[in-house]
Amino acid sequence: MTATATDLLLEARDISKRYGAVVALRSASLAVRPGEVHALMGANGAGKSTLVKILTGTVRPDGGTISIRGRPRTIHSPGEARRGGLVSVYQDPALIPDLDIWSNLRLTATPLSPFREWLTELGLERLDLSRTARQLPLASLRIIDLARALAAEPDVLMLDEMTAALPANLTERVLEVVGRQRGGERCVVFISHRMSEIASVCDRATVLREGRTVGVVEVTARGAAERIVELMLGEILGDIPAQPEAAARGAARAGGETPRMSARGLSAGTKLHDVSFDLYAGEVLGVVALEGQGQDELFDVLSGSDRPSGGELLVDGKPVSFGHPADAIRLGAVYVAADRAEALLMQRSVRENIALPFTTRLADWGVIDVRQERRKVDGAIERLQIDTRAQREVRRLSGGNQQKVTIARWVAGGLRTMLCFDPTRGIDIRTKHQIYILLRDLAEAGAAVLLYTSELKEIQIACDRAIVIYGGRVVGEIDAAHADEESLLRAAHNLPPDAPTPEELAAEAIAAETGGGPAAGAPAADGR
Amino acid sequence: MSAAAGVPDAIPGRRPADVVGSLLRRGGWTLGLIGLLVLLLLATKLIQPSYGLRGIQGLAISVLPLALVAVAQAIVVIAGGIDLSVGSMMALTSVVSAVLMENQSEALSIAVVIGVLVLGLVVGAVNGILIVVTRVPDIVVTLAMSFVWAGGALYILNTPGGGSAEWLRQLTLGSVGIEWIPRAAVVLAVVVAVIWIPIRRSRMGLSIYAIGSDPVAAHRSGVPVTRTKVIAYMLTGLFSALAGLSLTASTGIASPVPGPYTLLSVAAVVLGGVSLTGGRGGVLGPIIAVVVLSLLRTDMTFLNLNPNLATVAQGVILVGVVMFGSLLQLRRSRA
Amino acid sequence: MSDATATVARSPWLTAAGWRQLFRERPIIPLVGLLALLVGVSELVRPGIVDAGWAGVILRAAVPLAILAACQTLTMLTGGIDLSVGQIASMSGFLLATLVGDQGLPVAIAVALAASALAGLANGIGVGVFRVHPLIMTLGMTFIVFGLANVWQLVMVQTGAGVPEELRWLGAGTSFGVVPNSLVLFVPLAALILLTLHRSGYGRLLYAIGDNPVAARLSGARAWQVLIILYVISGVLAGIAGLLYSGLTNVASVTLANSALLPSVAAAVIGGTSILGGRGGFGGTIVGALILSVVSSLLSSLGQPESVRQILFGAIIVLVAAAYSRVTAES
Repeated sequence: MTATATDLLLEARDISKRYGAVVALRSASLAVRPGEVHALMGANGAGKSTLVKILTGTVRPDGGTISIRGRPRTIHSPGEARRGGLVSVYQDPALIPDLDIWSNLRLTATPLSPFREWLTELGLERLDLSRTARQLPLASLRIIDLARALAAEPDVLMLDEMTAALPANLTERVLEVVGRQRGGERCVVFISHRMSEIASVCDRATVLREGRTVGVVEVTARGAAERIVELMLGEILGDIPAQPEAAARGAARAGGETPRMSARGLSAGTKLHDVSFDLYAGEVLGVVALEGQGQDELFDVLSGSDRPSGGELLVDGKPVSFGHPADAIRLGAVYVAADRAEALLMQRSVRENIALPFTTRLADWGVIDVRQERRKVDGAIERLQIDTRAQREVRRLSGGNQQKVTIARWVAGGLRTMLCFDPTRGIDIRTKHQIYILLRDLAEAGAAVLLYTSELKEIQIACDRAIVIYGGRVVGEIDAAHADEESLLRAAHNLPPDAPTPEELAAEAIAAETGGGPAAGAPAADGR
Repeated sequence: MSAAAGVPDAIPGRRPADVVGSLLRRGGWTLGLIGLLVLLLLATKLIQPSYGLRGIQGLAISVLPLALVAVAQAIVVIAGGIDLSVGSMMALTSVVSAVLMENQSEALSIAVVIGVLVLGLVVGAVNGILIVVTRVPDIVVTLAMSFVWAGGALYILNTPGGGSAEWLRQLTLGSVGIEWIPRAAVVLAVVVAVIWIPIRRSRMGLSIYAIGSDPVAAHRSGVPVTRTKVIAYMLTGLFSALAGLSLTASTGIASPVPGPYTLLSVAAVVLGGVSLTGGRGGVLGPIIAVVVLSLLRTDMTFLNLNPNLATVAQGVILVGVVMFGSLLQLRRSRA
Repeated sequence: MSDATATVARSPWLTAAGWRQLFRERPIIPLVGLLALLVGVSELVRPGIVDAGWAGVILRAAVPLAILAACQTLTMLTGGIDLSVGQIASMSGFLLATLVGDQGLPVAIAVALAASALAGLANGIGVGVFRVHPLIMTLGMTFIVFGLANVWQLVMVQTGAGVPEELRWLGAGTSFGVVPNSLVLFVPLAALILLTLHRSGYGRLLYAIGDNPVAARLSGARAWQVLIILYVISGVLAGIAGLLYSGLTNVASVTLANSALLPSVAAAVIGGTSILGGRGGFGGTIVGALILSVVSSLLSSLGQPESVRQILFGAIIVLVAAAYSRVTAES
């Protein structure tokens, strides 16, 4: 790192940003040289997206400086950033849904012929530009957005998770094009979770953790991948007393106990094809799946949000048909979502949020028994140890406390089956522990728990056994107690148990580790 | 060389086939409305064989203020807003023009017309700036401002009065060229062609659609969202002023009490295929919707039906069309 | 806009943050302060005007407005709005006046309120089942009710219409010289609405659906049930307000209460109910209606024309709404 400030194309120093009580960035720095493809890495919640928003002018930093070509700049809007030579391609493409592609190009004053050329390079030459953005699939929109950015010939091109949701052939093209940007006058900031992509196109990587820049790694150096992993995972999960009697319960089940919930060949949408499993009272059943294998659709069907297009769902051995979440709730099947914004009444109090399911049925529309409600709510608050200092408005609670409220809602009212879809996404490690313990306690008390999590480590800690979903189908079942992270990963990728190569595994481990969950988990990269 | 600046607006190489294709895809609603209009005209002729020249001219004159205010509402709805003060802005501008023009010379009246149009821009800008600065929902701000502008109109003129310059009155009467082309329709076409079409084709027009369609993506594409919003409200003010002037012109006096124009403009915009969520539609649809609604009323009179049933029909059509649309959408999202 | 709120507060002992919190969590306190201020100003500019009789006049005007504003408050809590209440109120008053002669008062009231409920039911089905935007649905209903009321007017033109004595007693009369009789109706009604909003499961659902319809659905609430009943309630309340209006003014006309539509939204907005849903309540709305009523009376006592009243109404709405959006904004 011998480059002086003036050699740098883009330099951000000591950027800080807080949202109310939440600190998004403490001290983030990023220095990019001309002709470089620079990776920006970090687990979810590390502050990557905030830093990107600040660099592109969407968000104002609280402190720190940004310089482009050595000159300090304040960027007030993406338009200004664009004129200053900094163009971004976001995770959700910045194309206007109701305008055709022509008009979208005009909006950003993009020259047509370079755009066409880049489009061809990226493998999308047969695009009808008179279609509106709304009519095109997400993958095409991403490519269009990238071609548009390339055609503007920016000094700094920022790519935020560019390859997510792209099919393999397009990903290859994109990486090839990005790789070709090396060695020129300009630079690329490349944000990705996928270690293999970083390794193939990037020169250096800046790693963020908990809002700080914790290191810059030369990607081409030996052992770089391990170093990056080390930097990304700061805190390692402590031990949780895992399920001691899993095996015993498995044995009891063989005796012919009726499953709490059974799926028989469920299919829905374009992603869920044929899923069957049995969920028993007293167990936590894990769902192991990579992003987008149909688990979203599965949980929508199980919780009554969507109707299945095929197959059968049984509760206590009887076939059921859920037309509305209320139908599932009536049978004691409750849903905990990953996205708190989906589950909470942000402007209402903790009490009202927890008591919400008490009043949803027509029969409960009358006068509320305040004393009884308070007893139930207080009990749940205590059980989940919710910090209620900001209880008048749930939106002022921390993410972890918000998630506790969504769980407390069901704990307070009583439940038989809990469907948890990535309940620990983006929350702090202490709260995660509390949630695992709570799930185990619920199972202990006779509930059936289905847990999908994007963090494989959690399967091992919280579950008795796990089913593996790949391509919309159940491809295997794992005894969680004996599954280490590596075997879970292999299973998630639907690989046979003996398909090693340590490098690949390390790369995948990072991809999976950070695929949806925050920085936590085992040091996945030690290979063996 | 940074972020290609100064690239001309028009992108060369856009094939005519693309244009036609996109017109067909997006113009379906408008085409349907035109079809409905033709059917209604035929029905009118069947019901009342004597319906002809005079009927068409009367229709054009009576429709002009409403058509202009429908355009005003359409622009702001496309930009993702809504303006409940258009009726009041019409009253205000109409009153101002009538008071200033009464017994004045031709030359002065031209200055008055220009002044009133500027007033429309200013009044619209006040609406827009208040929305952007206070961050209060559009519907609340414009509702509040509808009191203010209507109060202003009442302050200036307590009872209907004032006058209109003769040339302004003549502007909407009679016909142009062959007698089947009513002058009022030509005025409408010219006004829309001169003001809206150039904007629609410029980057400003794209920006207006962009902020209505997806403000976040627009912001990221470098569109100055707040400024564009204020400009959209200014255009709405301008067209409301034109509608107000046409009221003065058609009646020769001005009334300080706002007519039912605000609600009718919203209805026309929705029937005209402009999405209330912003970003979709145009100004032609609402104009045709206005003509359809008013022709419907004429037909009911000819049929010796109670004319109030026409109002009922307007409401039923408004609700029915939107229900139909949302049913289609529901089915599509389930499929 | 904090300047505006600060002048209202006159509370130097409160810190800015404390003031914000007070406004956010107990908006009714600064609102009552504003009301008191306006009463004070009234007394200042016309010494001796504020007495029991004056209060009676204010209340008589505020009561039907508050009932109409209840429609807006309830619908706005769910993220909706009801633009048809003015027309429904007019229709209800007119219907009663035309029927009372032949059918007697009880039947006339029953028919008027049933018609109001029917219009509300149609609104509710449109909004709840067909998911038509409430603005459009209730706007369309305004046209429909207006047209039908006019048809009815032509049918009834022979029999003529008159506001019955009992209604005049209720709407315009006073007891013990000063207490408006409309309070007999309003106090229990307001208590019922407040109870519904704060102590009933149904009220909780109104807030829930307005705050986050997805969360409400995931918790098992069926929005269409809530919305259909909501708009029926709104229709009936509008019908009641219409009866009071025709009693107050001794007029039966198919457009009588239409001009009260915008003030009804204004009263709810001033009272702190957010048009985006999930925030607000009826207590604030009552104060909002009183504020509008006092402002009207203040201006007319100053000899200011209607125009100034309207301009001031508009300015108050914008200022108060801006103050709310300021204090409730996130970070």
